[in-house]
Amino acid sequence: MLNKNIYLILIISLVFAISFWIGFNVNLLPAEASINAPIYDELFKILFIIGLIIFIGMTIAVIYSLFKFRKRNDQIGDGIALEGNLSLEIVWTIIPSIIVLLIGLYSYNIYDRMGGMKELNHNHEMMSSNPEKIWAGISQTSDNKISKNNLSIEVSAMQFAFLFNYPKGNFISGELHVPVDQKVSMKMESKDVIHAFWVPEFRIKQDIIPGQPTVLNFTPTKVGKYPIICAELCGPYHGGMRASIIVEEESDYNDWFDKNKKTEVNL
Amino acid sequence: MTISIDPQKINNESLQPKGWLRYFSFSLDHKVIGIQYLVCGFLFYLIGGTLASAIRIELASPMSDFMPRDVYNQVLTLHGTIMIFLWIVPVVNGAFGNYLIPFYVGARDMAFPRLNAVAFWLIPPSGLMLVASYFVEGAAQAGWTAYPPLSITTPQSGQIIWILSVLLLGGSSIFGGINFIATIIKLRRPGLKLMQLPMYCWAMLGTSLLVVLSTPVLAGTLILLSFDIIANTGFFNPVLGGNVVVYQHLFWFYSHPAVYIMVLPAFGLVSEILPVHARKPLFGYTTMVFSIMGIVVLGLVVWAHHMFTSGTPPWMRLFFTIATAFIAVPTGIKFFNWVATLWGGKISINSAMLFSCGFIINFVFGGITGVALAQVPFDIHVHDTYFVVAHFHYIVYGGTVFIIFSSIYHWFPKVTGKLLNEKLGILHFIITFIGFNLCFAPQHWLGLNGMPRRVAEYDPQFQFVNQISSLGALLMAISTIPFLINVFLSVRNGKVAGDNPWNALTPEWLTSSPPPVENWEGEAPLVEEPYGYGKQLSE
Amino acid sequence: MTTLDSSKEIKENNSEVNETHEDFRMFGLITFLIADGMTFAGFFAAYLTYKAVNPLPDGAIYELELPIPTLNTILLLISSATFHKAGKALLKDKNSDSQKWLFFTAFLGIIFLICQLFEYFHLPFGLTDNLFASTFYALTGFHGLHVTLGTLMILIIAWQSRISGGRINSQNMFPLEAVELYWHFVDGIWVILFIILYLL
Ligand code: HEA
Ligand code: HEA
Ligand code: CUA
Ligand SMILES: [Cu+2]
Repeated sequence: MLNKNIYLILIISLVFAISFWIGFNVNLLPAEASINAPIYDELFKILFIIGLIIFIGMTIAVIYSLFKFRKRNDQIGDGIALEGNLSLEIVWTIIPSIIVLLIGLYSYNIYDRMGGMKELNHNHEMMSSNPEKIWAGISQTSDNKISKNNLSIEVSAMQFAFLFNYPKGNFISGELHVPVDQKVSMKMESKDVIHAFWVPEFRIKQDIIPGQPTVLNFTPTKVGKYPIICAELCGPYHGGMRASIIVEEESDYNDWFDKNKKTEVNL
Repeated sequence: MTISIDPQKINNESLQPKGWLRYFSFSLDHKVIGIQYLVCGFLFYLIGGTLASAIRIELASPMSDFMPRDVYNQVLTLHGTIMIFLWIVPVVNGAFGNYLIPFYVGARDMAFPRLNAVAFWLIPPSGLMLVASYFVEGAAQAGWTAYPPLSITTPQSGQIIWILSVLLLGGSSIFGGINFIATIIKLRRPGLKLMQLPMYCWAMLGTSLLVVLSTPVLAGTLILLSFDIIANTGFFNPVLGGNVVVYQHLFWFYSHPAVYIMVLPAFGLVSEILPVHARKPLFGYTTMVFSIMGIVVLGLVVWAHHMFTSGTPPWMRLFFTIATAFIAVPTGIKFFNWVATLWGGKISINSAMLFSCGFIINFVFGGITGVALAQVPFDIHVHDTYFVVAHFHYIVYGGTVFIIFSSIYHWFPKVTGKLLNEKLGILHFIITFIGFNLCFAPQHWLGLNGMPRRVAEYDPQFQFVNQISSLGALLMAISTIPFLINVFLSVRNGKVAGDNPWNALTPEWLTSSPPPVENWEGEAPLVEEPYGYGKQLSE
Repeated sequence: MTTLDSSKEIKENNSEVNETHEDFRMFGLITFLIADGMTFAGFFAAYLTYKAVNPLPDGAIYELELPIPTLNTILLLISSATFHKAGKALLKDKNSDSQKWLFFTAFLGIIFLICQLFEYFHLPFGLTDNLFASTFYALTGFHGLHVTLGTLMILIIAWQSRISGGRINSQNMFPLEAVELYWHFVDGIWVILFIILYLL
């Protein structure tokens, strides 16, 4: 009996060890390039480890039973007539409940840190004060700590392209240029069908819906060029609906901005 | 004890064709209808699988080169629709439900045999119509979810035919559901208590409740959608002031329960198969029943987890996160109970058992990724990517389809009186299991790293992993060959099984195999302990 | 008599014990009506959501005249009562009384439909004018379809409950009772619809 328990504990700790090892050493995610990304990866790691423990545990239990309790050739008759065990049932109701509840609370915390629970206010300095109903999206992470005046961009999506309007510079670009470490605040609207704005390296996604503007705020943290992917089926060329986001140093960004800027007179 | 037999029914019976022909007739016999469902569903599986193979061929290279882009969208729409509405749902509900439920409740047929036949015969025409729509102006190409406004703006004939056939299939499903509820609750043999029913009855009761409560909402939604397409109304058309998110709510109000419509019957079937081959009673019968009902209730209130990136307010996202994740609890109870059923048994390792255990492993994996998807911040990154595709194929293929195969190995001797060849069966299992995991496990990585779903072209950096996935799909296609050979050989000259080759205790085995037209020569037996393994020995 | 087979058989058994109406055909019908009710529930949910979140364009007409729908509500409520009378009469083997009540019920149903059409023709908006109009027509139209179907079925059972050659009598009440339940259901839906569409 004692032996059995020792084996059980040994196996369980082995499962935990393997899961933690995999969880910490196997990276399944792309580069982290926004404030959201490390927060996301933290959640991912936890979910990955818990998932591995449950999956490996269940798989071992199944394979072990198949092996240990397989019918040998000389055996006849049935197994033991065991119809249930109330305390076991209670244990495996309560433990998953607790796990699920904790995961839920934790991901609430993560979501809050990503800015998901913030008011959806889109503070366009350039826009009229007329409050407009914003339907959904993600607001910003650390409230404006990095920069006071964040960058406002209006995104419009159509079959099969994204257009980025810089109200301050009064121009439209097909590429999204943003300065690093500055909060970007986007208001998005679709001209035809549903599209979605996704930057895998930023771990953010938001549908762009016709007739219902949505917002998405983020802060890039790493200079580079990343793909913007449309993630909602929008027609035959959905797979080709891509754009790039170029995160650059503030000075580079300003150069680019000034080059494209149009004055009122030019209109 | 006299058995009342309706004279008209006997007349009917003698008019009906015998032998193979009866499977092509408007038969009222629940066993014939069950087989009709199964074979019809399997043929559609081959069509859906051929389409899946086309998808995987296209995705073996990053360019869109195997078929035009709009055809690709049609193919994936047809693949999803066919697999769900013409393969999984009709087979786990219609086929096994019709075949087994009357046995389990001790009846000679379903409550409404005519309605039953009508429900089946709605399926082939609407399925054929759906497939044929490809040859008209092209099939629907807005995905199986048919989100407007895309579904309003794509070529209309395909979308309308799609709506029509899904409506008919939904109707068939509702008729079936009504029939199952009435049969299980009202047609039970006197003396048989609810808590003595085999678990599959409970699973079907729960499933049918979901069918009756949610399918009509889908019907209503699709009717509104068709108005938008034909009559130019604006329910879901933003140009005319409509709201596209309302469609998503209504659609998922059906389609989330639909995933439990696809999996609860499989839970029931595996609960029948495991005890027989492990020679042990089903562990925790009562909690199993309660967990089914828990899944039914929770399943109705989690639909918005498909819409975390649509326009849903934050509080809604949180409620749906918690509710969704909690489904893991009743589901987990079932899985732990199945493992406990295996524990300490005398397990025969045969094809039915292997497929059932494969089911447990695959489903737990798919369920865990499901719980991850339920977390809003997690889902925001992977929504509409291959991670989701991997999640649900782990469940629908690794779960439900594995159980369908397991059930075929288990009940084949019941239906035909012949045994399937075990060597071919185990070969089938091994190729399927390897091919399946090879195909879908890498897709998790694809999704996490930036490959969206429903695309015919992708970033070249994903090519290698996609090719592994396609290789797995090839193995899956190959794995159907030993299965088909096995079935054909065994029907013709398989080993004679005898009435009860597994020494099972559930009622369907307590009559001859194949069963007589009215199920029992005499009175239906009263089976109070369908899982009384281990006890009969001491008697 | 232990094993029960098809609905046919139950029908035969039932002719001996027709007090127990709660046979499984009624059960099946109730299940079906629950399903049907869910279709309406879906429509209602859509309507209420639209009303809550989708503002109509300026100048869209929201107001509905009340007299006709109020009359219609009364008509349907009366028709539920007259249908009940028909059932009572048939139970007492007064087939021709029953028939009269049935025809009267069908008559009320037809008046309802005529009023409904009249309202349609005099409304200031058409099917595709705006979201409110579309949903209004979808809901009332779907309900009207149910009334039409019900009226046809009432006429059929009225014909079938004739004394010579009819198939419905006090021994075989099921068809009448089934249609009666359906009719009450359609009435109930109308009352909800009336409250949600016209009063709210
Ligand atoms: C039969 C089909 C089926 C089943 C049963 C499930 C079951 C579950 N699904 Fe899945 N799902 C689909 C089919 C299915 N799904 C399909 C087809 C889609 C995509 C639709 C589309 O967009 O086209 C989808 C998409 C989908 C999404 C949306 C993803 C997105 O588009 O962004 C989500 C999010 O929450 C989700 C969650 C879940 C959860 C939590 C379960 C749970 O029920 C799983 C519960 C099971 C377990 C967890 C395993 C066993 C439990 C234990 C061993 C106990 C211990 C475990 C823990 C404590 C975690 N599913
Ligand atoms: C419900 C059940 C179900 C099943 C069983 C399957 C089975 C398979 N699915 Fe499917 N799939 C869905 C439901 C299902 N799928 C749904 C709902 C979608 C979403 C659609 C959407 O986005 O709208 C989807 C989408 C989907 C995609 C994503 C497409 C995209 O987003 O771009 C992919 C890609 O790999 C895929 C692959 C496969 C493969 C390889 C199989 C394999 O398991 C199939 C194996 C079977 C065979 C290979 C059959 C063997 C037979 C032959 C080869 C023919 C022989 C012919 C004769 C003898 C006549 N599926
Ligand atoms: Cu735009 Cu997909
Ligand atoms: Cu779901």
